[in-house]
Amino acid sequence: MASVKLRDIRKTFGQTEVLRGIDLEIEDREFVVFVGPSGCGKSTLLRLIAGLEEITAGDLLIDDVRVNDTPPDRRGLAMVFQSYALYPHMTVADNMGFSLRLAGAKKDERDRKVREAARVLQLEPLLDRKPRELSGGQRQRVAIGRAIVRNPKVFLFDEPLSNLDAGLRVQMRIEIARLHESLDVTMIYVTHDQVEAMTLADRIVVLRDGAIEQTGTPLDLYNHPRNIFVAEFIGSPRMNLLPVRVKTVSEGEVTVTLPDGGALALPIRSNSLKADEEVLLGIRPEHLRLSERGQLAGQVMVVERLGSETHLYIQTQRGEMLTLKAEGQSAARTHDRVRVEVKSEYSHLFDQAGGAIVNGL
Amino acid sequence: MTALTKTRRVNTLPLITPSVLVLLLWMVVPLAMTLWFSFQRYNLLNPQIKGFAGLENYKSLLADSALWTAMLNTLVLVASVLGVTVVLGTMLAVLFNQEFFGRGVARLLIIAPFFVMPTVSALVWKNMLLHPVNGLVAFLTRSLGFEAVDWLGNWPMTSIVMIVSWQWLPFALLILLTAIQSLDHEQMEAARMDGAGPIAMFRFIILPHLKRAISVVVMIETIFFLSVFAEILVTTSGGPGLATTNLAFLIYIRALLQYDVGAASAGGVIAIVLANIVAFFLVRTIARSLEEG
Amino acid sequence: MIKRSFYKKLILTLVAWIAATVMFFPVFWMMVASFKTEIDAVATPPMIVFNPTLENYATVQQRANYINAAINSVAISVGATLLALALAIPAAYAMAFFPTRRTRSTLLWMLSTKMLPPVGVLVPIYLLFRDIDLIDTKTGLIIIYALMNLPIMVWLLYTFFKEVPKDILEAGRIDGASRRQELFYLLAPLSLPGIASTALLSIILCWNEAFWSLNLTTSDAAPLTAFISSFSAPEGLFWAKLSAASTLAIAPILLFGWMSQRQLVRGLTFGAVK
Repeated sequence: MASVKLRDIRKTFGQTEVLRGIDLEIEDREFVVFVGPSGCGKSTLLRLIAGLEEITAGDLLIDDVRVNDTPPDRRGLAMVFQSYALYPHMTVADNMGFSLRLAGAKKDERDRKVREAARVLQLEPLLDRKPRELSGGQRQRVAIGRAIVRNPKVFLFDEPLSNLDAGLRVQMRIEIARLHESLDVTMIYVTHDQVEAMTLADRIVVLRDGAIEQTGTPLDLYNHPRNIFVAEFIGSPRMNLLPVRVKTVSEGEVTVTLPDGGALALPIRSNSLKADEEVLLGIRPEHLRLSERGQLAGQVMVVERLGSETHLYIQTQRGEMLTLKAEGQSAARTHDRVRVEVKSEYSHLFDQAGGAIVNGL
Repeated sequence: MTALTKTRRVNTLPLITPSVLVLLLWMVVPLAMTLWFSFQRYNLLNPQIKGFAGLENYKSLLADSALWTAMLNTLVLVASVLGVTVVLGTMLAVLFNQEFFGRGVARLLIIAPFFVMPTVSALVWKNMLLHPVNGLVAFLTRSLGFEAVDWLGNWPMTSIVMIVSWQWLPFALLILLTAIQSLDHEQMEAARMDGAGPIAMFRFIILPHLKRAISVVVMIETIFFLSVFAEILVTTSGGPGLATTNLAFLIYIRALLQYDVGAASAGGVIAIVLANIVAFFLVRTIARSLEEG
Repeated sequence: MIKRSFYKKLILTLVAWIAATVMFFPVFWMMVASFKTEIDAVATPPMIVFNPTLENYATVQQRANYINAAINSVAISVGATLLALALAIPAAYAMAFFPTRRTRSTLLWMLSTKMLPPVGVLVPIYLLFRDIDLIDTKTGLIIIYALMNLPIMVWLLYTFFKEVPKDILEAGRIDGASRRQELFYLLAPLSLPGIASTALLSIILCWNEAFWSLNLTTSDAAPLTAFISSFSAPEGLFWAKLSAASTLAIAPILLFGWMSQRQLVRGLTFGAVK
């Protein structure tokens, strides 16, 4: 069992409170990703769990044991650093076996465990090389191998893929996912890249300014963002946000007036919305469609053709910019005047404070 | 080469030549003269007696027990100060790499000795501290109930080693501290996660990283320590007897006090040869760092 | 509850400050002595509480030979620095921006000239200076110091010039800067800190040099190093004044040294440790 529980965790650096009350329960064998913009505190949170920084207030429990004061190497964790942090003067084998050596393990046992980890990561031919002779991807695998050897209860990853080029990043992502599958341990992963978060996580924790904005499975966050920040952070290109006015509220349905006058009925049940209230309509680019019957009118300003999809940047008559993601190779061209249809069943409403208007509220 | 850099090709020769020429002269001329003089019989007290002496100067120098005493003293001085500065320097560098209160000011204080001119250092130590009657150290030892020690009289070499170490410890400290600070933080954190306590950290992570810096410190210090002069001149003048006469001081005595140009030049050649041996290794290390950096 | 890390910091502070105090103490004690009267200065047991006085500083400043020595130190240090800079800057510039196959060996050769023990050439230099009347002249020392420090300065400037970002110069060229404009408007401001540090280091090395200054001067051109060494016979009645003179002699260099720590490391290790 390797659960991690954070209860009202706070961290202050000097005068600045960097983490403001984090409550989180990570279950055994879960792959949890901390994601958020730079400065949101995700790396700090990871380092608190690792024991590299002291927790100012709150409790950290690993397997229901409070570990606030336990030194990093006794918490049953292993960490993969952003820069890999390999020991440059030691061979790959020595790098991987260092923790065992410090713990006093005999040479045979050390060699056995190192070999095992090397086999999992296909590092066997590199065991006698020094880090400077390895490529970026190989170094990364050595860093992971170093962590595996310790047989930890929880793996910590601190933005491990940021130093790799795009192609390698995809490859390593798959390897990490397969690793999670085969090792079956709890993994906590920090990244600023929402694609990594979406593809790897069992659950995502979105952080902003030292607090959790929302926790949930990737699709949870995609389909039911709790506020504008999460809605815009997850999904690429970003969700479109249009200022609209509530027209009527009835059983199971809210009708809003669009900026250029048209009306749109949304299948949202709300008890608190009133007519004439100003709210924000959120709709993802992939849920807009070019159609004669579209509710919004505008002109195409920029076309991005990626082959598999096309991004259209459309300016409405009122001056708002809409992003539309069309499948395949759209026939639309710059300066075309188009009508855009909003798929109402995928729409979101957000109040002026930025919170989502969820069914029932 | 792009078109841009081509049009900017400068004739670098006139820029570099003055420096090279001047250094060449500075090296070649005096060196050649020293070599020449070492084969001459030339004493300034009797300038009429001149002539080719062959290897006589060298023979008599090598037979002179004073030379061997001086070489031994040089060796003892260099080795002792190296030992003190490198060992203490490493320890202090590790210490000053940590955060503590008032680190900035403490650092200024601890490196101060290096910037004090050698003659002032020597005088301060001689009169204020080590003086058996008025010195502070004598006062302290007397207060503890022991007799005052005549440092410069009875322990001359130890005193010189103390003075030179005091002056050069900051040098070792600064260089080793700079080297430690270039150690990747994440590496140390990875070691912490691997279970390294302070001793393991020092032994397996910090010390290997410092290897290059320590060797540079050793080589540069050796080159300077071979020529320690002012401290000896001001405190013991090589004495008592020859107890603190190193090679540099011996040559000085021969040249400017006894006016024996021939012998002094022979001694000078020996000093140059010694220095060159160390220099060879230093240049190789620097060359390697040029490539990497 | 006081955290464990606070205790650790406290102990570190104690140990480090003990080391720092021990190392600085001789300097401190000398400075204290400069404010004592002569009698207080040599009192046994040493006086910790005393009536401070500025009389020593007043006397020292009136002593003609002290003033002469101070002027000499300044003149020699500045002169040698300027001379060395005049030679080193073009050389370092050429080697940093227009490297050839020879550059590396030239730099290493310059380095090796610094390895020459001064005592090895004491005899010829002394005789040479005597014959061309440079003994006991500022000019003589300026020349020697410039030559001695030239290798270090070329190296230091070389590393500084190499750090000037190339793209900035290239942007200047695309903007149409001529070579002169490039030197004046771009290179000079960017490398000025480096040149200043190098100059500072040179001044420190010249000011503290204690071999040639002791052997090639007698009275006229004696800088402060020689002036102070002439008091090596312990005559207690002079001690307070000597301390004042010494304090004045070392104070500027202490300040310079504190300011230029980083360059010192770079310069004295020829860039092997940055």
